[in-house]
Amino acid sequence: MAKQQIYHALKVDQDICYGCTHCMNVCPTEAIRINEGKARILKKRCVDCGECLKVCPVDAIYVEQDDLEKIFDYECRVALVPAVFTGQFPTAITEEEIFSEMKELGFTHVFQAEFMVDMINNLMNEQIAQNDEKPLISTFCPAIVRLIQVKFPALIDNIAAVKPPVDASAAFYKKMLCKQGIPESQIGIFYITPCAAKIAAIKGFGQNTNEVIDGVINMSYISNKLYHKIKNRKDSLKDLPVLPHLSSKAVQWSLTHGESDHMNGRSLAVDEIHNVIEFLGRLEDEEIPELDFLELRACDQGCAGGALLQGNRFLTVERLKIRANQLENDDEQNDDLQEYKDILQDKDLFITKIDPLPAMSLDQDFNEALKKMERIRNLMCYLPGIDCGACGSPNCQSLAEDIVQRKANLSNCVFMQRMMEKNRKLSGEHATRIIEKTWGNQRLDKDCSKKGAKNEGM
Amino acid sequence: MEFVYEVEGGDFTKAGNASSAVKKTLKQLNVSPKIVKRIVVALYEAEVNIVAHAYKGTISVNINQDQIHIVLDDVGPGIPDIDLAMQEGYSTASSKVREMGFGAGMGLPNIKKNVDDLKVSSEVDKGTKVEMKTYL
Repeated sequence: MAKQQIYHALKVDQDICYGCTHCMNVCPTEAIRINEGKARILKKRCVDCGECLKVCPVDAIYVEQDDLEKIFDYECRVALVPAVFTGQFPTAITEEEIFSEMKELGFTHVFQAEFMVDMINNLMNEQIAQNDEKPLISTFCPAIVRLIQVKFPALIDNIAAVKPPVDASAAFYKKMLCKQGIPESQIGIFYITPCAAKIAAIKGFGQNTNEVIDGVINMSYISNKLYHKIKNRKDSLKDLPVLPHLSSKAVQWSLTHGESDHMNGRSLAVDEIHNVIEFLGRLEDEEIPELDFLELRACDQGCAGGALLQGNRFLTVERLKIRANQLENDDEQNDDLQEYKDILQDKDLFITKIDPLPAMSLDQDFNEALKKMERIRNLMCYLPGIDCGACGSPNCQSLAEDIVQRKANLSNCVFMQRMMEKNRKLSGEHATRIIEKTWGNQRLDKDCSKKGAKNEGM
Repeated sequence: MEFVYEVEGGDFTKAGNASSAVKKTLKQLNVSPKIVKRIVVALYEAEVNIVAHAYKGTISVNINQDQIHIVLDDVGPGIPDIDLAMQEGYSTASSKVREMGFGAGMGLPNIKKNVDDLKVSSEVDKGTKVEMKTYL
């Protein structure tokens, strides 16, 4: 079987990672192991949800992103900004001010990622009416799409064919700029991302590589820069940019219930990836009574909980709601939809087929998998069931799986080591070597500079 | 390879636990998603039947190269007329059970649809035995 090359945005900085178990324990797809004192991400299983990045106590997990300098490769430099970006700033700072400062950073244009929400909403509703598989699952959150590919392949046909608004908005704006006479090669569209999953989606997995968005910039990097600029500004701003009209629906689209509140039929919203996994499990068993639409988000509070946001997610939600309420009065159906639709092509609005990429099976071959499972069940008779993670795998079950896949040994278990020492099958020396193999050399030596110790930071 | 699960009558919060465990196993065995879905839907129905109607029961799942063989054996009121129970829409569920969203009379017919071979035997006031086979 050909190996699928899947791009992942999450990386472990080998110099900073000191090999604790936080990321391994929180990973919803059990995609992290510890080896030689460092966290390793299993590419086949990772869905780029960013849970590991959020929980890392030393910021050793980072996202691979484009350098801000890359925007200067283009004459026309567009920042494609999602609504949660402005939600991080206090409401006293206006959107116009924020976007004006964006231009100071070097962007020539700023455009909203949610501009196409009304059209996407209509297309989704059309699909809800047509789709055989119920419920229709939104493509909005790329970590969820990957999760279904990896862990719930039976639900692949439930995924909507409509692209998320950011893709349609980017395609639309690029075409508008081309219409103004700017050559396409000179237009660089840079998405300011609230999460790792969006980076992975744009840099591509499978055939769905994004050809419209030219780069992705980490939101926390940009908001830090902007906040600093705004705080230190002396003179008042000149030419405030005029922004296209965004509906209150569009402003709240990326928050939990942002989509589900506007879909026809019976809709439900579930956020936070562990909640989503539990829910999808029940959906697979057909335990969930008939639903028409399902909004699923990997982060708590939707994009306001994105790993690359600076602000507190609850305050971000509140601020976006305040901004949306200000728009409520003039919130009417966008009459220009047909005009937009004429500008866009199908490929700007619809995704190509999504393939299942199941990563939870023990072997491609059923009989081999059956044998491995029998061995796992046998190994589980011996492992203590404490799920401490001291072996470098997230729990006893996954250690047993790693053993049958020849990626670990029974003696990686510290409790098994004890039993082996007691039965004189293992020397203390050897046991220490095994521990050092997992947790790094001299890991058990006294070290007063480590986190929480008396000389930390000195 | 055999897996055995205990099911307690009347405990709807735990209904589905055995089905979920079996599903995880089948996924690990790389059984095709379509087959997994059918087996799990059938098993979930049957598991809920024990919870809804019986006092207690056991589920044993046997997996080998050719087939997945599941036997649900319960201690309970039994089914007086199996042919009637196999009809769509026929239900003996109490209103309490229906309020919880169960008891639409689709249980056994839905199981039959999702497995290759279904055998139901029952003795009134003793219990019911449901055997289902799916060939791989």
